[in-house]
Amino acid sequence: MTWTAANWPHVLELTGAHLVQSVLPVLLGALVAIPLARLAVRSRVLRPVLVTGSSLLYTIPSLTLFVVLPLLLGTQITSVANVVVALTLYVVAILLRSSVDAFEAVDRGVLQASTAMGYRPLRRFLTVELSLAVPVLVAGLRVASVSNISMVSVGAVIGVQSLGTLFTDGLRRSIVEEIVVGIALTVVLALLLDLLLQGLGHVLTPWQRAGSRSVTTRLLALGRGAAA
Amino acid sequence: MSLLASALAWLADPDSWSGSGGIPTRLLEHLAYSGLTLLLALAVAVPLGLWVGHTGRGSGVVVALAGALRALPTLGLLTLFTLLLGLGLMPPVVALVLLAVPPILSGAYAGIANVSPALKDAGTALGMTGGQVLARVELPTALPVILGGIRSAALQVVATVTVVAYINLGGLGRYLIDGLAVRDYSRMLGSVVLVALLALAVDAVLALVQRLATSPGLRLAP
Repeated sequence: MTWTAANWPHVLELTGAHLVQSVLPVLLGALVAIPLARLAVRSRVLRPVLVTGSSLLYTIPSLTLFVVLPLLLGTQITSVANVVVALTLYVVAILLRSSVDAFEAVDRGVLQASTAMGYRPLRRFLTVELSLAVPVLVAGLRVASVSNISMVSVGAVIGVQSLGTLFTDGLRRSIVEEIVVGIALTVVLALLLDLLLQGLGHVLTPWQRAGSRSVTTRLLALGRGAAA
Repeated sequence: MSLLASALAWLADPDSWSGSGGIPTRLLEHLAYSGLTLLLALAVAVPLGLWVGHTGRGSGVVVALAGALRALPTLGLLTLFTLLLGLGLMPPVVALVLLAVPPILSGAYAGIANVSPALKDAGTALGMTGGQVLARVELPTALPVILGGIRSAALQVVATVTVVAYINLGGLGRYLIDGLAVRDYSRMLGSVVLVALLALAVDAVLALVQRLATSPGLRLAP
C-alpha cells in the first residue's frame, strides 16, 4: 500500500475527474433523450429515424469519437469536453431506445383518464407519463451509467485524465498496485452510481412499494378488467 | 477541415497500404485478435448460457456475474494482465474475452429462458428428451436473441481491440498510438475512421446472419 499512501491526493483528483466525465454525460444525455423519445413515440417519421440513428451511433467506437470530436468542436485532443460530448452521444443512443419502449408501455387508458380530468399535454407528460415511465427509464439509465464509467478510462490512452490514467501510468512504470487501485475505484464508482439510480427509481415510484392493496393499483386492475 | 483532407490523403496514399505496417496487415491483425477473442468468449459463454437457461439453475448467479463483469474497466484489465503475465498475445486477449462474455452470456441465457413454456411442453409431449427439446425447440426459437448478444459483443470487441496497440501489439490501433507519439493527427484520424468502418461492416454482416438464421416461423409470429 506504499504507492497509494504516497499518492492519494492525486488518486482523489483523478477520481473526481472520472466522476465528472461519467456523471455529466448521463445527465445531459437524459435531458436530450427523454424528450426526444417522447416526441418519437407516436411519430411515424421520427421514430424509425431516431431508433436507426441511435443504433448506428452506438456502432461508432468511443476512441474514434474521442479523436474525431476535437476536429468538429475545435477543442484540444486532451480536452475533457471531447469525452463528455462523446459519452453524451452514447447515453442518448442507449436511452433513446429504452425511453421509447418506456413511453410506449404507459397504459393508454391512464392517459385518456388524465386528459378527461383536464390535464393539458405538458402537465400530463410531466406528472403522469413521466412518472409511469420511471421504472423503464431508470433501467436504461443504469445500463448507460455502468458502461460510461468503464468507457471513460479509455480516454487515458489519448491523454485525457481520469482513473484510466492510473492504468496507463501503472503500465509504464510497472506498478501493479496503481492499476489495481484504479480498477477497484472504477468498480466502486459504478456500484455507487448504480445504487443511487436504483434509489432514485425507488423514491420516484411510491405506488410500486405500496403493494396490491393501494388504491391506484386496484383502480388500474379494475380499468384493465373493464377494457378486457 | 484541412485535417480531414490530410487524413483522407493518408488513407489514399499507396505507402499506407503496403509493407508489414500497411493497412491490409493491420486490418488482418485487428480481425485476427477480434476473431480469437470472440471464439474463446463463445466457447465459455454459450454453453454456460444455454445450460443455465435450459435448467433454470444458477440464473441469479449468471445475471450478477454478467453485471459485475460489465463494471470492470477493460483498459485496466488489459494493463494489469500485461504487467502480471508479460507482453504477448494472451494477456490482452484474456482481458478482451472478459469484455465479450457478459453480452453473449446474457443473450444466450435470456434467449433460452424466455422461450414459451407451451412450446417446450409441446416438445416433451411429442416424446423429445431434454437435450432434444434444447436442440430442436429452444435453440431455434432463441437464436435471434442469442445472435443479438453475439452481435453486440463483436461490436465491443472490434472497437476495443484498438486499445491493444497501447501494449505493443498490432491492429489498427497501432496508427492511433504511433500517430499520437509523433503528433501526426492525420494518421490518427484516418485510422479511427477505418476502425469505425470496420465496426459498421462487422455489425452489418452479423445483422444479415441474424436475419438469415431467424426461422421463418418466428418471422411470421407477431
